Amino acid sequence: MITPDVRRFGAVKDTLKSFGLPRIIIVVFLVLLWAISMFLEIPFPQLLSDTLVRWGMNGVLVLAMMPSILAGTGLYFGLPIGIICGLLGGVIAIELNLVGITAFFAAIAFSIPFAFVLGWVYGFMLNRIKGSEMTVATYVGFSIVSLMCIFWSMAPFKSPAMAWPIGRGLRVTISLADRYEKVLNNFLSFNIFGIMIPTGLILFLLLMCLIVVLFFNTKTGIALKAGGENPRFAQSSGINVDTMRIVGTIFSTVLGAIGILVYSQSFGFIQLYTAPLFMGFLAAAAILIGGASIKKATILHVLLGTFLFQGLLVVALPVANKVATLGSLAEISRIIVSNGVILYALAQHSGD
Amino acid sequence: MSNEAFVLDMQDIGKEYFGNRVLSAINLQLKPGEIHGIVGENGAGKSTLMNILFGMSVIHSTGGYEGKIRVSGKEAQIKSPLDAMNLGIGMVHQEFMLIPGYTITENIKLNREITKPNLASRIVGKRYDTLDVVAMRRDARKALDKLDMSIDEWATIAGLPVGYMQFVEIARELDKTNLKVLVFDEPTAVLTESEADNLLDAMRVISNHGIAILFITHRLHEIMTVCENITVLRDGKMVAQRKKDETNIYELAELMVGSRVGEVMRKPREDVTDEKPILTIRNLSVEMPGEEVSNVSLDIHKGEIIGIGGLAGQGKIGVANGIMGLFPAEGEVVFDGKQIELNNPTNAMMNSLAFVSEDRRGVGLLLDSSIENNIAFTAIQRQGKYLKKFGPFTQLDKAAVRQTADRMIKELDIRCTGPTQITRRLSGGNQQKVCIARALMLEPKLLFVSEPTRGIDVGAKKLVLQTLVELSEKYGLTVVMTSSELAELRSVCDRIAIVTEGKIAGILKPTDTDVDFGLMMAGEKHDNA
Repeated sequence: MITPDVRRFGAVKDTLKSFGLPRIIIVVFLVLLWAISMFLEIPFPQLLSDTLVRWGMNGVLVLAMMPSILAGTGLYFGLPIGIICGLLGGVIAIELNLVGITAFFAAIAFSIPFAFVLGWVYGFMLNRIKGSEMTVATYVGFSIVSLMCIFWSMAPFKSPAMAWPIGRGLRVTISLADRYEKVLNNFLSFNIFGIMIPTGLILFLLLMCLIVVLFFNTKTGIALKAGGENPRFAQSSGINVDTMRIVGTIFSTVLGAIGILVYSQSFGFIQLYTAPLFMGFLAAAAILIGGASIKKATILHVLLGTFLFQGLLVVALPVANKVATLGSLAEISRIIVSNGVILYALAQHSGD
Repeated sequence: MSNEAFVLDMQDIGKEYFGNRVLSAINLQLKPGEIHGIVGENGAGKSTLMNILFGMSVIHSTGGYEGKIRVSGKEAQIKSPLDAMNLGIGMVHQEFMLIPGYTITENIKLNREITKPNLASRIVGKRYDTLDVVAMRRDARKALDKLDMSIDEWATIAGLPVGYMQFVEIARELDKTNLKVLVFDEPTAVLTESEADNLLDAMRVISNHGIAILFITHRLHEIMTVCENITVLRDGKMVAQRKKDETNIYELAELMVGSRVGEVMRKPREDVTDEKPILTIRNLSVEMPGEEVSNVSLDIHKGEIIGIGGLAGQGKIGVANGIMGLFPAEGEVVFDGKQIELNNPTNAMMNSLAFVSEDRRGVGLLLDSSIENNIAFTAIQRQGKYLKKFGPFTQLDKAAVRQTADRMIKELDIRCTGPTQITRRLSGGNQQKVCIARALMLEPKLLFVSEPTRGIDVGAKKLVLQTLVELSEKYGLTVVMTSSELAELRSVCDRIAIVTEGKIAGILKPTDTDVDFGLMMAGEKHDNA
């Protein structure tokens, strides 16, 4: 007989198991780094403030992974495509000389049509290469970044805020200082125990999460999820799985575009050229740390994963600087963690 | 012991998979040059027996087998296919294992090439020897000649007719000098009639060379043409061993099907055909790989439970899949006066047809989703049920889904921890009920159910069948049940259509004799039965 006690123990074990060994290690590692940082007298409230800001600014980019994963096209390594659409919206808003919150939302509005079209084309392509979406996506991401390097260098933008003083094309980094820098971060922000809460930023992230949740409770969202989980099941219910995959890809691309604008306004700069190259990997690593797999993802995975991953990065740098003077240690640890987690997730998948 | 005379002697062979007995007390003896037939329905234990003989890993990873195998009088431990090969046991596969771009010679001698040493190989080893093509061709020729094959040994495999490929496979086995026993596993399934005749001739030629043959098939007349001794398996047991002269097709058919009429769960209705047909199928052809249907015409009457039976691979599964638009189909299907558009699952569902797939885990379920989401899914998508509308947007009405799921769980008696349990954790029988519940949510007038009891334990089988009977009786639902298990068709159906080679071979009553069923399933004419 299974006694209730045994069952409860089993449930605890199940919960721990579903939480996953990599996450336990990361949490322990993060707590350890926090402890060390206190020991080294690095101001903890400052660390937490930075973590919150980076959580909010990266959250939407990580959220962009979710529709793609649930639609069955795997991790959205095509994230640079969405990012580029966002950047386009961003520079158009500057070209039109918009400022403040208007500029931010205008940038989003400008980027969405690009994201729709490119997402559709990209989704169409992913349907032709079923089974190796993630490999191909990685290269598509790389290619489009390079292609856009040519575009940026020839783009017919005139605004002195972005263009080179002489010649054609756009600068590598464009300051948003007089435009919409930190419009979200500063909205209703307040200090508590020395921790600065970027209220607007976090609210915006939660709003995006809410939209995603609502979408997955619509008829289309339900069909999309079923298509990702079991395409043959969905087909037998008359669902066009290919269409659903395209919808998922478009959704991911749009979220990627919005995500980079959120990121840019917090960062204070728009970074063009090769900057978007590896952002897909960082976002993928974050959602995987949160507990997602390449077939399953929830909002909780997005929020938790982004927090853990960014928290780790924030605390790693000052700790590493104090412990060893090796300048690139933080960067090295970031690369090891992010690529290690991606590798782990892919290896897990091929195991079943 | 006198069994020195036997080239292969299998004694008391048995096998259990996880406490589930699939084979017991099989005895099989082969003399050199004997052709021995093995007949049985799908699942009778033929392939398990062969897996044991070939030391397949599926046997040894599940705890091995019982009994003894002697080859040429010596007890043999066959732990891997390589052991079997070294003992001189060969197999002609149903799917050809040939490399299309290689010549016949190269295929025959693959990995057993004859080589000559050369300068390089003297230094770096034998694997770098030059091929002795002349000697290889000579050997290949010899093997082909044994089969009376005039084809050139240097032709490439690609482009050969299917029948020839089979012969190359056989030639490859014959070329192994120690070959003592050759197994033919359903070799004629992919061949045309004349090719099959050639193959039977070749089998006789091979046996004249002193090689014993085990011939597995369900075509009884082929067995009767070439075999000296015949073993009939049913449900993992050896039900009979006959000499050819002492038996006939009818007896074999009866033995194969067996008088295992399950408990009759409902009295067949004799008057169903008086009703107007509700579904008329005309010239339906379905391209379902492995289950092709060609030119099937069938009338299904309102309120009946009709069974579609037949052996695996004959096309019975294809009928429902074709009508429901899951595989490319041609023909005319009219339901309730309305033409059903083929190749369009939505159209079939819109016209009150519903389908429970034979591939429960592959097609029938979202294994990682909850019971309630599974049950509601198709109704949400096809009929817009359980949705709240906000202008152009929709939101799932979770309360309504929960209520319906609770109702279905109670009505079909689905054993679970609750409507949110994921379906992967359910037992096979309960999973099947979830599939049925999902189909019922569409409020169909006709339900196709394929292989409803596949992979379900005995007790649960009865419950699933009971559910179908109740649906028919309570709601007047017309049920088309496709099953490989004749006994279960006979226990619930009003009429049973038997499909062989993609066609309806005939329609029988559940009360017809075993001989009738056996012959019809084996594709034999039975005018005098």
